[in-house]
Amino acid sequence: MATQAKDTPQDTAPDSVVVRFAGDSGDGMQLTGGQFTLSTALAGNDLATFPDFPAEIRAPQGTLFGVSAFQINFGSREINTAGDAPDVLVAMNPAGLKVNLDALKPGGLIIIDTGEFTKRNLDKAKYDVSPLEDDSLAKWDVLAFDISALTVEAVKPFGLGNKDALRCKNMWTLGLALWMFDRERGPLEDWLKNKFKNKPEIADANIAALNAGHAYGETAELSGPLQKLHIDPVEAEPGLYRTITGAEAISLGLVAGAQLAELPMFFGGYPITPASAILHHLARLKEFGVTTFQAEDEIAAICAAIGASYAGQLGITSSSGPGIALKGEAMGLAIMTELPLVIVNSQRGGPSTGLPTKTEQSDLYQAMYGRNGDAPMPIVSACSPGDAFEVAIEACRIATQYMTPVMLLTDGYIANAAEPWKVPDPDTFEPFPAKFLTEKNGEELLPYKRDSKGARPWIKPGTPDLMHRIGGIEKAVDTGHIDYAPDNHQAMTDARVNKVLNVEVPDQEIAAGEAGGKLVVVGWGSTYGPIRRAVDNSRAKGMDVSHIHVRHIWPLPKNLGDLLNSYDNVLVPEMNTGQFKTVLRDQFLVDAKPLTKTSGQPFSIVEMEEAIDKYFDGIPDNEGGQVEVNDTQLPSSEQ
Amino acid sequence: MNAPAKFETTLKDWETDQEVRWCPGCGDYAILKAVQRTLPQLGADPSNTCFISGIGCSSRFPYYMETYGFHTIHGRAPAVATGVKLANPDLDIWLVTGDGDGLSIGGNHMMHVLRRNVNMQIMLFNNEIYGLTKGQSSPTSREGTKSPSTPIGSFDHPANPCAFALGAGARFVGRGFDVSKNLPDVLKAAHAHQGAAFIEIFQNCIVYNKDVFNDFAAPKGAGDRQLWLENGKPMLFGDPKAGFDKGIALDRDTLTLKVVEATEENWEEAGVLVHDQTDRTIAHLLIEMPFGPFPMALGVLYDDPRPTFETAVIEERAKSAAGKEANLAKLLGKGQTWTVEPSEGHPTD
Repeated sequence: MATQAKDTPQDTAPDSVVVRFAGDSGDGMQLTGGQFTLSTALAGNDLATFPDFPAEIRAPQGTLFGVSAFQINFGSREINTAGDAPDVLVAMNPAGLKVNLDALKPGGLIIIDTGEFTKRNLDKAKYDVSPLEDDSLAKWDVLAFDISALTVEAVKPFGLGNKDALRCKNMWTLGLALWMFDRERGPLEDWLKNKFKNKPEIADANIAALNAGHAYGETAELSGPLQKLHIDPVEAEPGLYRTITGAEAISLGLVAGAQLAELPMFFGGYPITPASAILHHLARLKEFGVTTFQAEDEIAAICAAIGASYAGQLGITSSSGPGIALKGEAMGLAIMTELPLVIVNSQRGGPSTGLPTKTEQSDLYQAMYGRNGDAPMPIVSACSPGDAFEVAIEACRIATQYMTPVMLLTDGYIANAAEPWKVPDPDTFEPFPAKFLTEKNGEELLPYKRDSKGARPWIKPGTPDLMHRIGGIEKAVDTGHIDYAPDNHQAMTDARVNKVLNVEVPDQEIAAGEAGGKLVVVGWGSTYGPIRRAVDNSRAKGMDVSHIHVRHIWPLPKNLGDLLNSYDNVLVPEMNTGQFKTVLRDQFLVDAKPLTKTSGQPFSIVEMEEAIDKYFDGIPDNEGGQVEVNDTQLPSSEQ
Repeated sequence: MNAPAKFETTLKDWETDQEVRWCPGCGDYAILKAVQRTLPQLGADPSNTCFISGIGCSSRFPYYMETYGFHTIHGRAPAVATGVKLANPDLDIWLVTGDGDGLSIGGNHMMHVLRRNVNMQIMLFNNEIYGLTKGQSSPTSREGTKSPSTPIGSFDHPANPCAFALGAGARFVGRGFDVSKNLPDVLKAAHAHQGAAFIEIFQNCIVYNKDVFNDFAAPKGAGDRQLWLENGKPMLFGDPKAGFDKGIALDRDTLTLKVVEATEENWEEAGVLVHDQTDRTIAHLLIEMPFGPFPMALGVLYDDPRPTFETAVIEERAKSAAGKEANLAKLLGKGQTWTVEPSEGHPTD
């Protein structure tokens, strides 16, 4: 969150700033945001981003539902979220302005391309009167000028047609943004040269636009509201850094996990938003012994992965809610045949198709309970893009060590968001090599004879003389033959449940605060950022509140129950209607209260702080509740 | 096909100690024996052989084979088998499915395993009924089939499994029936074929659809009702001991098949077709030939291999990995990076 108010003297720089780029989905806003993110990272700021784009690929130009936005929060302190309200809004067209205006902080700065404020575009954005001509923008600083014309002028020497020339607009705008925040242009120029290495004239035109935008800043500084702002680098642990999105981190974590298990990886996927990015990343990493298989449907994707695991590889599949639902029966097969498998669920909003490009955490019940029979499965969750890397390795470890499918829960927000990531040293990772049975483990072969962890042996077909049959029908203890006997089913059900319950998970740590006290805010998944910031802020104000963030959803850490019971109040914020809250109540008989939000948007810090405040305002019987839907965050672009 | 070394086994070596649980008299027993008889002749290695099935009576098959076996879930065996084959292309995979498993709930996977051409033998036991769920009509049931779910007779049009397979892009389509002495030959040809080899096996369900194939499978008059295709041989049928008396010819005006009077002596003049197993068009016509006016076409109807899926996947993987180093540290630190120095450091690239 930025702390700079409009009347702040310009010599005291804020410790963080929130900038939102908004325009038509054809304006290259995601690209602009991505490159601005990179320059921010290279400047040493901490950051978090929130790309927000329409579900439609090429929504009609200039319309409200075709608006694409990219928000970044960066600062000289630790950044946990993409920021509640932007300080700066860059609006490339009337629709981009209209959709995003309400989110802007009062006194914030709006940069407008007047070249796009034509009658036609105003009509498409449903403006009767141009906002530039009435006083509707009075509570903000407005810097309106014809970016389109300035861009065309700047790229004139390169002989581009008008359409191509206008496509350089985003680079012009980026140039201006780089000037505003005192950034180097060098890395951007290198990137453009590389991107357009076969079209040098396009690269040159874009660089000229970038430089022109930058130069414009210097000139405009003298007269208008535009001020150069230098944000100092954040104090960070020494080491090598890069930016990473959740989808990239999961892909890399899975590659690392397979390497640590010393197994080739088989990834079965089917295109679905927002999970496809993982398939795309892995498809380019074949040198790591990765096979990617785009199956005919979600069911085939998981079934092929199960087949690969059966044959001795690490089978992995990935999808989002609707696809995960389709995979349910096959998960049961993996549970029954006790084969390793990692299932990544990039959660999105709503039942059925719901909100394909928006985020939610509403598949927790599905992960825990969404299969026929008693079908327990370990569940791990990622709380940030960087964290997703470690969680992916953890999923591979549990799957191969315990011969079980594992569900990895991430969400649309984590998948697309970027953050700086300290590049880990693979030599520090603990390997967990998979073992295969190569000789009979008794007088006769016993495919379901368990080890001390409760895991059965992994036997590759093709191994001489270990022929045996597995399948979804109930198996006899040890031999694995078909067996419907009552005592056998009881024994095998218990064995499957206990194996998962006894998966070794680290004790729960406290993210902020200490054991015991008035209030603990318990989160899982991508609510980490806003909870962490809100708890820190509240503690700074002297409130006795702690933050616990749970990675291992199933089995839960052994000490979690005692820990939760050490607080007077337990508040569980979730982007669903209270699913983890119910699990905690069930497991620990703790009076956990929900704080829920299902608008397709992440929690804001203010929403968290307000919920925490209630516990310290002497309000009796605080029941948590539902966060009111508001417009202070990135609004849905589908209107 | 995959293991060049011939393995010495007998039929007994392929039997498991598991009690076979099909109904007494079920056609599945005959198919099981045919397979167990065929594998020693192929010199197959039980350790390198894997039977993968879906759900249904036929899908219990793997439990009775002393090989590796995976009894999966309803309709999904082709997908599981694809994963197995990609993970270990050296395994010799036999897929066992039925008309409900393979053409109804698993029709989508069947289409894709065939068009991808994953190297395996696919045996579809067609009994034109759901057996294990107690006798409902299936996608291959003939119109008018009375069953618990169609008490006055089914009214949906049946699918033709071989036509489906050919339409999906199968490069091998064979047909046989449970008690036929020729079934092992069809299995051997399927095994020799590199790629997805689809074999429809008519199977008598003695409980729910008894003797539904008797009109062509019964021994009496079989010569008139069965056309066994052999590559390079004329399509003759009738009493073989009498040197046949009929043949299949092409009506070149209507592009349809016709039955003509012909013998081993005069078939050429009579215009009888010579079976070319790589002729996709004629294969279509043979598969669609209506039984009654025509005999049932059996044997290897089509066999024209092309590169397999797993070969393509291996090639793609090699091409994609060529010249790249599998260095995890380098991968993690890829792209634009910056270093934070231990001291009061300002980031640099």
